[in-house]
Amino acid sequence: MRFASHLRVGVVVALASALLAGCGARTNGPVTLRMWAMGREGEVVGELVRDFEREHPGVRVHVQQVPWSAAHEKLLTSHVGGSLPDVGQLGNSWISEFGTLSALMPLDAMLSESGLGRDAYFGGIWDTNVLEGTTYGLPWYVDTRLLFYRRDLLQRAGYREMPTTWAEWRESLRAIRKLSGGKRYGVFLPTNEWMQPVVLGLQSGSPLLAEGGTRGAFREPEFRRAFTFYLSLFQEGLAPTLGIQEIANMYQEFERGTFAMVVTGPWNLGEFARRLPDSLQGAWATAPLPGPDGPGVSFAGGSSLVMFRHTAHPKEAWALMEFLSRPEQQVRFWRLTGDLPARREAWADSGLTADARTRAFGEQLLRTAPCPMVPEWEEIATRVWEQSDRAIRGVATADTVLADLDRIVDKLLEKRRWLAARRAAGVKGS
Amino acid sequence: MSAAPLAGRQARAGLVLALPSVVLILVFFFGPVLYGLWLSLTDFDLYAIGDPSAARFVGLGNYAQALAHPDFWNSFRVTLWYAIVGAPVSVLVSLGAALLVDAQLARWKPFFRAVYFAPVVTTLVAVAIVWRYLYQPQYGLVNAFLGRLGLPSVDWLGDPHWALPSILVLAVWKNFGYNLLIFVAGLQGVPRELHEAAELDGASGWQRFWHVTLPDLAPVSLFVSITTLINYFQLFAEPYVMTQGGPLKSTTSLVLLMYEQGFRWWRLGYAASLAFLLFALILAATAVQLWLQSRRERA
Repeated sequence: MRFASHLRVGVVVALASALLAGCGARTNGPVTLRMWAMGREGEVVGELVRDFEREHPGVRVHVQQVPWSAAHEKLLTSHVGGSLPDVGQLGNSWISEFGTLSALMPLDAMLSESGLGRDAYFGGIWDTNVLEGTTYGLPWYVDTRLLFYRRDLLQRAGYREMPTTWAEWRESLRAIRKLSGGKRYGVFLPTNEWMQPVVLGLQSGSPLLAEGGTRGAFREPEFRRAFTFYLSLFQEGLAPTLGIQEIANMYQEFERGTFAMVVTGPWNLGEFARRLPDSLQGAWATAPLPGPDGPGVSFAGGSSLVMFRHTAHPKEAWALMEFLSRPEQQVRFWRLTGDLPARREAWADSGLTADARTRAFGEQLLRTAPCPMVPEWEEIATRVWEQSDRAIRGVATADTVLADLDRIVDKLLEKRRWLAARRAAGVKGS
Repeated sequence: MSAAPLAGRQARAGLVLALPSVVLILVFFFGPVLYGLWLSLTDFDLYAIGDPSAARFVGLGNYAQALAHPDFWNSFRVTLWYAIVGAPVSVLVSLGAALLVDAQLARWKPFFRAVYFAPVVTTLVAVAIVWRYLYQPQYGLVNAFLGRLGLPSVDWLGDPHWALPSILVLAVWKNFGYNLLIFVAGLQGVPRELHEAAELDGASGWQRFWHVTLPDLAPVSLFVSITTLINYFQLFAEPYVMTQGGPLKSTTSLVLLMYEQGFRWWRLGYAASLAFLLFALILAATAVQLWLQSRRERA
């Protein structure tokens, strides 16, 4: 009891003095912003934030690290419990989900005031932050997939440059396969990853989902074309029928030349440099993905900075988001994490374009396409590889698999159709 | 004073005294259970969190969907493994350890009781870190030991065939201490005279265990085996922290599946229906157990 009353007096005194100090110094008073960031980003963002606090003496930022494995659950639970922070990092594939839940603050007014916009960023990545015309996030760092390949093996097969069309690409894979007497594979496309078939689909212009994200579009000619090509790589023996965990050590197999190419992401720039022996360091390179008739698009991934809707300090939160989006902070962030900057200006300012292997990412990032922006996407993506796997292993034909995929996806999206119908009826009724 | 008003007063007093806990049980137990039952009849999902009117009544649709889904039957099988192998092993280990701790020759009994009980009170997350090191395929202690014996190493948590037994070993180790204490208490309740009488009659140690100790432990054993079986049917934390249900869903228990559906995909209606299916399963298993017990008693 005594302690409690002391505490109460103490709190009142502290509050009063804080208020007085705030009134004296500035009009907006001392503000504590809460920010959540995931994984490695959460570890290092504190360093950048200290500089922000120096620039804004009235604002303190409390950063909480959230492990990636628990992030999604924590965010949703906090949304339901009303305890989301002011600012957060959000994987851009989650934006549609949290946008649907009305958990995010629309940023359009602040964007037009600050002059920041799509032009400053890689367009395809920016689009993942826009939901039905409203912008909910600022791209923080970007992620995409492209080819890591053995230049020596490709050269031996008679190619000086990485081909840029599907037909030439397949031709080069055949040459590599033939040269090795059928011992090597051309490319490793793990059969239990959705990324490869989905990216090929995006390349041939498939929307993946049709009718406002309420039905599957896997039987349409665009996806069918991509899928036939994808399947042919396995049927011709150009890609091994293996999942990612069936290859014990991808770097070792790449070193041995078990396959000459693999489609993977920017984190492997560092891994390849570290894990491959010195003798091979001059022999590996990266290249943007080939497309059906010339350089193709790839997946638009990465994380965004978002403001949660119930923040009491939107002005300060926006200042923090703007600060972290400055080109110089983006470069610093890249140096600390290896995450590729989302601001295109940051690429010009730094050593990023000096390295040919990283430059390929910069080039690919100009050609990206977002995956469908529906909350069900993660589960749909899982179904895509599960069904593709059946066709690859010859359990079912391409036609059956694509029809099954549409049927499964249509069932998953039934709720969206119902909601859309209800919305349409509601509009008519009023 | 006549008897009737006294009885009435007593009844009233009893009611008043019982009221707080009755209210608590109604509000915090039956309330949520009924709400869960209602949820299980709707398609309450992500969209309904944003807008409750987006939840629809679907009758028994969730139950039909679960019973038609391979993931449910996979988790059903995994859960049966946990319960049918894990629970008896756990009870036997507890009983064995209790006999050792209670043995007349044993010294430092409080010390051993504390040691065996320690895993029960240690947080699972901390325990999981240590066990993941033990199971680590390249430099883990378990594989190092196998290597000494000239046996090949095993990817304990990464191999779909080994992950479930590995989790079971951890679960048994983590939990047997609790039942051990109950068994020790039970053993101390077995009258000395019965043992002495049996000894005078020339019964061997094994015979005394079989005909004196075990029958006296029967009520304790029944309690222990039922609660343990229920606990293993509800196994969640061990696979959640060790494998997240993988590899290839080989360790996904029903509760873990329910958690994934409910809190990862936010299909709360569907997850609620899984909860009631699990409830039915546990009820059936407990009924079978009680029936077996009563048949043995009659025999």
